[in-house]
Amino acid sequence: MAQKTVEFTLGRNPEMGMDGRPVMGPLAPIDLPEPDIESDNMLLNIGPQHPATHGVLRLICELDGETIVRCIPHIGYLHSSFEKLGEYRTWNQVVTLTDRMDYLAPLIYNCAYVMSVEAMMGIEVTERCKLTRVIMMEMDRIFGHLLWLGTFAMDVGAFTPFLYTFEEREKIYTLHESYTGARITTSATRVGGMMSEMPEGWDQGVRDFCNGLPRTLDECDTLLNENGLLLGRTQGIGVISGEDALNYGLTGPNLRGSGVPYDVRKDQPYYDYESYDFEIPVGEYGDCHDRYLVRTEEMRQSLRILHQALDRLPKAEGPMDVPDPRISLPAKTDAMNDMESMIHHFKLVTDGIHAPAGESYFPVEASKGELGMYVVSDGGTKPVRWRVRPPSFVNLAALPKLLEGHLLADLITINASIDIVLGEIDR
Amino acid sequence: MNEQTLFLIEKSIIVLAIFGGVMLVVALTTLVERRVAGFMQDRYGPNRVGPFGILQPAADGLKNFLKEETMPAAAAQPYFWMGPVISLAPALVTFAVVPFAAPLPIGESYVVQMIVADVPIGILYILALSSLGVFGVVLGGWASNNKFSFLGALRASAQMVSYEVPLGLAVVVVLMLAGNVTLTEMVWQQQQLNFWFAFPISLAFILFVISAFAETGRMPFDMPEAESELVGGFHTEYSGMKYAMYPMGEYAHMITSSALMATLFFGGWDIPFWTGDDAFLFQGEWIRGFAENGAPIAAELAWWKTLFTFVTFAVKTYFFVIVYIWVRWTVPRFRYDQIMQLGWKVMLPVSLAYLMVVAATILALDQLGVAYGFTFGLVLTVVSAICTGLFLLVLDRGRTLSGAAFEAHERFHSERKALSGASGD
Repeated sequence: MAQKTVEFTLGRNPEMGMDGRPVMGPLAPIDLPEPDIESDNMLLNIGPQHPATHGVLRLICELDGETIVRCIPHIGYLHSSFEKLGEYRTWNQVVTLTDRMDYLAPLIYNCAYVMSVEAMMGIEVTERCKLTRVIMMEMDRIFGHLLWLGTFAMDVGAFTPFLYTFEEREKIYTLHESYTGARITTSATRVGGMMSEMPEGWDQGVRDFCNGLPRTLDECDTLLNENGLLLGRTQGIGVISGEDALNYGLTGPNLRGSGVPYDVRKDQPYYDYESYDFEIPVGEYGDCHDRYLVRTEEMRQSLRILHQALDRLPKAEGPMDVPDPRISLPAKTDAMNDMESMIHHFKLVTDGIHAPAGESYFPVEASKGELGMYVVSDGGTKPVRWRVRPPSFVNLAALPKLLEGHLLADLITINASIDIVLGEIDR
Repeated sequence: MNEQTLFLIEKSIIVLAIFGGVMLVVALTTLVERRVAGFMQDRYGPNRVGPFGILQPAADGLKNFLKEETMPAAAAQPYFWMGPVISLAPALVTFAVVPFAAPLPIGESYVVQMIVADVPIGILYILALSSLGVFGVVLGGWASNNKFSFLGALRASAQMVSYEVPLGLAVVVVLMLAGNVTLTEMVWQQQQLNFWFAFPISLAFILFVISAFAETGRMPFDMPEAESELVGGFHTEYSGMKYAMYPMGEYAHMITSSALMATLFFGGWDIPFWTGDDAFLFQGEWIRGFAENGAPIAAELAWWKTLFTFVTFAVKTYFFVIVYIWVRWTVPRFRYDQIMQLGWKVMLPVSLAYLMVVAATILALDQLGVAYGFTFGLVLTVVSAICTGLFLLVLDRGRTLSGAAFEAHERFHSERKALSGASGD
């Protein structure tokens, strides 16, 4: 019987070279030495499918026993081309892409994007809109931190706090849903305002949530912060000095954990953050435990801001959107009854908002660090360029440095403590 | 029927009952674990299959039988098959020497001992077999030809070997007090002392519990599995019924070590504050104590006493099973080097020192002519309480838990810090 031969089109397989042998891509595109084939070190591939990589992060580790000699994060498994897609969407349509980046705190991304566009267009939003956005951003800061708290606890082995934090997150999900109709992909903001007026009793719902959260936080602190096992697992692990943290471009709780009190809300205040009474917690040692303390304290400080914002809300009566027919949609009844409004409605929906030529970069403090949205307009209805300064992408870059000389178990702790979300890293 | 046939029938029934009973409790414990976890985490847990989810273990078992058995291409096949079996069998076999109730009288003269095999080497048999359990984990992890499994197996071997030492030393303390290695006699000695051994040698009990947690590989010692680090640890590559044997082995191990805790330290099947149930085979006669002049008092055996002592034993054992579950869903996991530090730098010296202290105390009491009884137990209780206090103080100083590269002393209970007025305003 004749032997059956199978021919492969070798050139099309990226894993194989033209000579049919596998192409060994360099482990890292930089001048790190390849691991010696003779060495006793073990190469361990963690992810992209691994229970503790928070999505599809892939870490290639060179292990000496269980000690990490070096670690190289590989990203891009969740690449969705958001920034390029944004160039084919009108200014308001881009909002839907932003909440898919950090799906753990979507409202902050919604707000950050429209704030950047508004800064470029020179729009000053109404007082009521400002307060609503502050409430939303602080609520989602807690939303993101709660998920971090749960997964961090789970990664060091304590499963139970995860369920407690998710019970609280469920309340925020419900608030998201009652405002926007969606639980994760909120798309709540529009240029010049919000998608709608607040639903009846929504602010009371936020207040109820704020009153219930401290109990859960205290409970989690009892389970974690007062537990010797967790202190042993986190103290002195993944230490980064304030200077190094700045040089690596860390922002947010990771930077503040190292003792640098940089917070966009204090340093470049937007939306009257300077008028709120809150504090910026900073750590002292820059280890995993300090990052834990900073984040849990930040949730409490966010609650303070939320209470203050909710107190101001009744005084800020008035429209939610800027009263400019070129930017905000007219009321539905007007659009049905009044010719001018109908034309405005038609133009806004079919054509979109025209932004004057220009560019703007607007940083806000997201739950994971400084989130900056950079938009460029050529005067049309779509961005020419939209670029995000993603906090966890920059924070992830410090991971190999943090891991140096730690054990494999610490890799999981440190990776959890820098709080990354892959949707935003890969974009 | 001659004696041999009777013996065969008697033992067959007991072996079947014990095997079936333990396997049933294993199945039930998987459900209990998930229900307790649900209770602790403000959720339901499995409650769909049958009333209160009571048939969930059966459904899981059926599912596991129907699942595909995967076999990694480069696995070392024979060892890959052997791993789960070796891990399950010793845990079940260990139960053979644990007495689980007072003797059962049948008819006028026939008495059935409620134990599979009252072998004279008792505790040595347990130590020998329980150390076999690690082979299942190591073989399975190594044969999988997977790096995560391999790391899990390495951790398992180091951990289980390390904690066998303090476990053995804790048992030696029990042996010194009981003066014998059979478990029936240990129960008897606790009845005689009027003290459960958990009190006169409390530190041995604590050391035994910690070591038993490490031996079973349960939280916070679940290094071999460590699902957030090693995916599934040693059983990453296992599926179907082969996989199910590992959890079954773990639960069987848990139940066996809980039974040992109950027997060695909590009087076994002894009903507290009542001497009517005491029974011991002394020179061929069932006795329940000695009179003032040293003459043995005959035991009054009854079937209802057997029943109640069995219930007592079951309650005590299951209490420790619940403790296992309770701890698992409360605490985070140790790190590998911390486990080793705890094992070699704390547990081993402490258990050695404690062994010396107890030995010296017993020797002194014997020299002073204090009889084995209430006073004897009281003195030991006081000495042990002091030792336990010291041990817990040592544990609480952050020594065992400090990170690999950091002096944690000064900030062990660090306060939340808040800095107001950041740089920019």
